[in-house]
Amino acid sequence: MGAGHGHRLHYHGHSRVHRAPAHLKLLALLGFVLLAVAVPPGWWAAYPVLLAVLLGVVLLAQVPLGYLARRMWIEVPFLVFAVLLPFVATGPRVEIGFLSVSEPGLVAAGGLAAKGTLGVLASLTMAATTEPADVLGGLRRLRMPDLLVQIMSFMLRYLDVVTADLARMTTSMRSRGCDPRSPRHWPTLARSMGALFIRSYERGERVHLAMLSRGYDGELPR
Amino acid sequence: MHVPDGFLDAPTSVATGVVAAAGIAVALRKARGELDDRTAPMAGLVAAFVFAGQMINFPVGAGTSGHLIGGALAAVLVGPWTGMLCLSVVLLVQALFMADGGVTALGTNITLMGVVGCFVGYAVFRLALLVLPRRLGSVAPAAAVGALVSVPAAATVFTLLFVVGGNAPIDTGAVLAAMVGWHVVIGVGEAVVTGLVVGSVVAVRPDLVHGARRLVSARTLEVRPSAVAGQARTEEVA
Repeated sequence: MGAGHGHRLHYHGHSRVHRAPAHLKLLALLGFVLLAVAVPPGWWAAYPVLLAVLLGVVLLAQVPLGYLARRMWIEVPFLVFAVLLPFVATGPRVEIGFLSVSEPGLVAAGGLAAKGTLGVLASLTMAATTEPADVLGGLRRLRMPDLLVQIMSFMLRYLDVVTADLARMTTSMRSRGCDPRSPRHWPTLARSMGALFIRSYERGERVHLAMLSRGYDGELPR
Repeated sequence: MHVPDGFLDAPTSVATGVVAAAGIAVALRKARGELDDRTAPMAGLVAAFVFAGQMINFPVGAGTSGHLIGGALAAVLVGPWTGMLCLSVVLLVQALFMADGGVTALGTNITLMGVVGCFVGYAVFRLALLVLPRRLGSVAPAAAVGALVSVPAAATVFTLLFVVGGNAPIDTGAVLAAMVGWHVVIGVGEAVVTGLVVGSVVAVRPDLVHGARRLVSARTLEVRPSAVAGQARTEEVA
């Protein structure tokens, strides 16, 4: 079960960053990324400063940089977009070697890559140092509606159960000679997805009945 | 594709955040009408299902892969309000625990995939049901049409946001053409998978499909005595 056992991105530790209250970490994350996003184009000096602050937090958290770096592949599609941007953007062109690229496009691409990278690294640091239960507690303290916190806690709690269900289904599909990725087998895959929905929905009904029998009245005990 | 940090400028990100928060506030109230006090466990499990569905990747070509967005799928299966809540929670978890989609772009992502994806998908689904014959078999094709339209619709709204608050100087027409063109292709994949999944659930448990509720309740109970059972009874009498 997911809750209380960390999650895929969590890096177990006892540093000052790990122990910091989750609601403060969430606010710091949001503030930091908003600051990074609000940097006007051309203010290149701001990015090394922000990166230095972020790396300071990572060092303090004692999360290995390699651990975070390996998980940054998630932003590769947007780096590709940033590389393509100078070629398709409008505005005056500049020559770099034998390539002719748009100058404002080049500036925008640099800003995009820098902001995206800072955002991903900051989110990864947050995820690596905070347990799901603490994030939920933090969101509750930040006055996120209780029903939304409950939905999120149920999702996190049953995520591993549902994905394990799906993994068993795809394993048995493969063992019967079906390739779930090929469009030819989409009908089979869709039927297992339908079965997965019914299983998840019915599990939700059983969980609800079990909660009622334990005195659930619309609010979870804190 | 989730919008990352820095794609749209800060004012646009904050504005879409306000739109998303308002949408969620209304959805929280309306979802209770769809699911009463079962809302928390049911929506949580459906959100886990949507998340699991998004984990299946299809190769698109050129080394990239696409996956189901599931806005129209969730809206048809559990209703648009609950579906929007599920999508929003999925996006929140992905942003906070997987760094998939930026924290500042969360409002944008919820507006695009949760609000636009679910509601355009559901509206088109209902319109398609009006046109199609009133049979349970019409639910799956109607859901497919809803999914087909919802993806380019979300792409169009993204392009509009990009024109207002994009951080890059690109020709608007070119962006719109590229985004909508590409997302029609993605929408076809989304439509096929959505239609097949809804069809398979309708075949087994039509009572669970929110979008099929009226058709299910309109059905009357038919008593069809089987020939074998009837014969046995006559033999008993004789």
